[in-house]
Amino acid sequence: MESHTLAATGLQAYAWLLVVLPLAGAAILLLGGRATDRWGHYLATLLSGGAFVLGFAMFWQMLGYGGEERARSLHLYQFLKTGDLSFDLGILLDQLSISFVLLITFVGTLIHVYSIGYMAHDAHRRRFFAYLNLFVAAMLLLVLSDNYLGLFIGWEGVGLASYLLIGFWQHKPTAAAAAKKAFVVNRVGDIGLVIALGIMVATFGSLAFEEVFGKVSGASQGVMTALGLMLLLGACGKSAQLPLQSWLLDAMEGPTPVSALIHAATMVTAGVYLIVRSGVIFEASVAAQTVVAIVGAATLLAGAIIGCAKDDIKKALAGSTMSQIGYMVLAAGLGPVGYVVAIAHLIAHGFFKAGMFLGAGSVMHAMKDDVDMRKYGALRKILPITFITFFFGYLAIIGVPPFSGFFTKDGIIEAAWHENTVLGICTIVGAAITAFYMSRLIFMTFFGKARWDDDAHPHESPPVMWVPLVVLALGSIGMGGFLMLGDRFGAFLEPVTRTPHTEHDYFSAVGIVTLALVVIGVVIAWIKYGANPVPREAPRGSWLTTFARRDLYGDAINESLLMRPGQWLTRLSVWFDNRGVDGVVNGLAAGVGGTSGRVRRLQTGFVRSYALSMFLGAGILVAALLVVRI
Amino acid sequence: MVTFWILAVVSVAAALGMIFQKKAVYSALLLAIVMLCLAALYAVQDAPFLALVQVIVYTGAVLMLFLFVLMLVGVSTTDSLVETISGQRLWAGIAGLGFGGLLVFGFGSAVFSEDVGLAAANAEGNVVGLARLIFGRYVFAFEVTSALLITAALGAMVLAHKERARPKATQRELSEERFKSGTHPGNLPASGTYARHNAVDMPALLPDGSVSELSLNPVLTGRGDDPAERHTDLGGVSEAEAIEEDLKAVQETQQ
Amino acid sequence: MSHYLVLSSLLFTIGAVGVLTRRNAIVVFMCVELMLNATNLAFVSFAKLHGNLDGQIIAFFVMVVAAAEVVVGLAIIMTIFRTRRSSSVDDANLLKY
Repeated sequence: MESHTLAATGLQAYAWLLVVLPLAGAAILLLGGRATDRWGHYLATLLSGGAFVLGFAMFWQMLGYGGEERARSLHLYQFLKTGDLSFDLGILLDQLSISFVLLITFVGTLIHVYSIGYMAHDAHRRRFFAYLNLFVAAMLLLVLSDNYLGLFIGWEGVGLASYLLIGFWQHKPTAAAAAKKAFVVNRVGDIGLVIALGIMVATFGSLAFEEVFGKVSGASQGVMTALGLMLLLGACGKSAQLPLQSWLLDAMEGPTPVSALIHAATMVTAGVYLIVRSGVIFEASVAAQTVVAIVGAATLLAGAIIGCAKDDIKKALAGSTMSQIGYMVLAAGLGPVGYVVAIAHLIAHGFFKAGMFLGAGSVMHAMKDDVDMRKYGALRKILPITFITFFFGYLAIIGVPPFSGFFTKDGIIEAAWHENTVLGICTIVGAAITAFYMSRLIFMTFFGKARWDDDAHPHESPPVMWVPLVVLALGSIGMGGFLMLGDRFGAFLEPVTRTPHTEHDYFSAVGIVTLALVVIGVVIAWIKYGANPVPREAPRGSWLTTFARRDLYGDAINESLLMRPGQWLTRLSVWFDNRGVDGVVNGLAAGVGGTSGRVRRLQTGFVRSYALSMFLGAGILVAALLVVRI
Repeated sequence: MVTFWILAVVSVAAALGMIFQKKAVYSALLLAIVMLCLAALYAVQDAPFLALVQVIVYTGAVLMLFLFVLMLVGVSTTDSLVETISGQRLWAGIAGLGFGGLLVFGFGSAVFSEDVGLAAANAEGNVVGLARLIFGRYVFAFEVTSALLITAALGAMVLAHKERARPKATQRELSEERFKSGTHPGNLPASGTYARHNAVDMPALLPDGSVSELSLNPVLTGRGDDPAERHTDLGGVSEAEAIEEDLKAVQETQQ
Repeated sequence: MSHYLVLSSLLFTIGAVGVLTRRNAIVVFMCVELMLNATNLAFVSFAKLHGNLDGQIIAFFVMVVAAAEVVVGLAIIMTIFRTRRSSSVDDANLLKY
């Protein structure tokens, strides 16, 4: 296959090092055993940081090229060749993938640093860092691959790392169950992706991005819709979108840095990456695009509602993650106009949500790993650095100008509003609810009166933990503005999104209405949780609260729609197997055995009996011959 | 034709006798008759070579081998003719009658062309004709037959071979064994020693003139018949009287 | 012509019945020899019928094979007799159900 993309030269020719460095870290730590216990976490952090430095250098090299020449490809080797099909593994360094590389390696490295402090007393710290490195490697492979096969390998790799890290404390049954749940739900999505790959091979005869996108115009509408929906199913599984959202809340059983890195900043956004990367395919099918937007809108509301009712700080943040990814998916479903804001929001979200998760981890660290917000309160004076960094993240997520979330989220709201009024209203309502539940979280945790347990002695975290918080908080402040103001990011991504991007008017009517609703949300939260005392025991609440607390009955629906019928089917199969299949087989065997038992009596052991039967047979043969002849 | 009918009747009768005869030796001898009859029939049918081979190989070698094995197994082991497998005789008879009847009926009703006769084939002589075939068209089968015979010979040796469980006893061990047993260690005295008659039932006389019972076969002494009848050559003297006379003669020489 | 074949089949049948009824292994074996001889007679007769010597050749080979068979068969009978002190074919009936 002749590539139209320019070949990578110079430093970029070593782009494979981006994947290999963390992978080597994982291998050394896992294979090295206890010998690496003492320095393994430093090595892992160093390799992750090295990947960032390398990525940044490549980014710098990319900036040196002209706009259309920035995408560079690097062919690694032929993975498989069979008949007319050949699958090559290669790396595509373009504006989209380099954005992800920078996000993944930068946030990943910060979280490695944070984990040095957070996991300092864990007996299995080496294993933890090995898995973190494995995750970084797989995620980089996912975003760097120039074809769907490599993407799929990375996709499964991050799924594996996610499984291993959610179940890192596998001695806890809840963690083990959550890991299993995440794995199973992800499999559902992965099947969608596999089917999509199959459709591509069948339709286009290739899995390379360039070739697939080049042939899209020649394929029928139905195939494109099916392909888009299957890709969406894959994205839903990985990004915890409806209807495959149920695993993300349980995934909070994993260590907090994992929640920050995998289940907030990077892995769960892989679905958005997939949709944006496959933009050509989705643009070829209006139906698929509409479904993407609807899924995003539904998830952003569902996540927000769940976030309102959770007392577990991590689960509240997880609901918020769902909701924010819903925004991104919705934006990605809008087509080229939404891609830039989707990715910009993704990057901004990666910073502020990682910061808040790490902040939550810091709070938990202070509160003896208690996650119940009803037992927090008044922590802002005791944890000043955590509070300030967290507060910046909070301002960013609710979209207060000039913090980062304001620019990106407002971009999504504007785009949705102009595209479709209903979607626009959904995003605006979502923004209001976001303001409410994030304020609730802030007020319950850092304001009000202390509702601590008697033996709680909160204290600020060590520098190794709060330095990453500060860095991420800086990102929360400036990242959105840096990307969106002057349409810097839009211009940067233009060769990928293929749409000239114009800058928004951030203070249009829609923007102002949104801001007003955000303020109302904050005020309601202040009245409920800031001004009035928060009870230590959760009140019963209305049906809506119960609805949200039970994750919108997602688990119940899965259970009644999938699990119970599955169990019935299994029982039916077991019954049928025992009675039907085994009955026939056993009956047949018993019949043969019984008959043989009787027939074997013919074997008397007397050679003369055998001779007699032979002789009789010979007689019959002669008779038959004579009969035939006559 | 006369030859055929005579030989046919004799051979069928001998064959029937063979399967109904109780003693295996008689069966073997009756089989010999059948085989000789067949040899004659071969000769009648222009197969003199086969006739001779039949006599030499079958009647001479194979049948003698049978008799030899019968001797080893024991001539006295007569077959009990009572059938032990129920229905075996009945069904054997039915099957035999049916099979034989079918064959006879089949051959009887078949229409054969006139015999071509072997006059042409045996023009150079039967043996030469056979030799041309054996060393010509059938030479491979003939060579394979040699392998078969060698294999059979080896097989028979392997089957008949018996491993020694312990090393063969030496002369010394045998003589030690003999002395340890406490019985008479040397040869038993031969019958008729010092007697004037060397018949096997005449006991040897010991140097002191007494009769040695050891010199007589216990089978002969145990027969219980009158020894006087056996020795008509003693000139009207009974065996006991002859022994008396011998004893006297011995005592006289000692004095 | 057919006389010889009838005689051959009679002898064959007698031999077969002997195999089925006699229990002394040596006698059974003799009956088998009788059957072989009967077939030889048929071969010789056919040789005369067709006017070539192939039938006689076959009879010759049958004799050779029979000789080999007798050697091995009698050796087997001897071996069995040595271990079981019996030459009855009914006593060697352990290979059964």
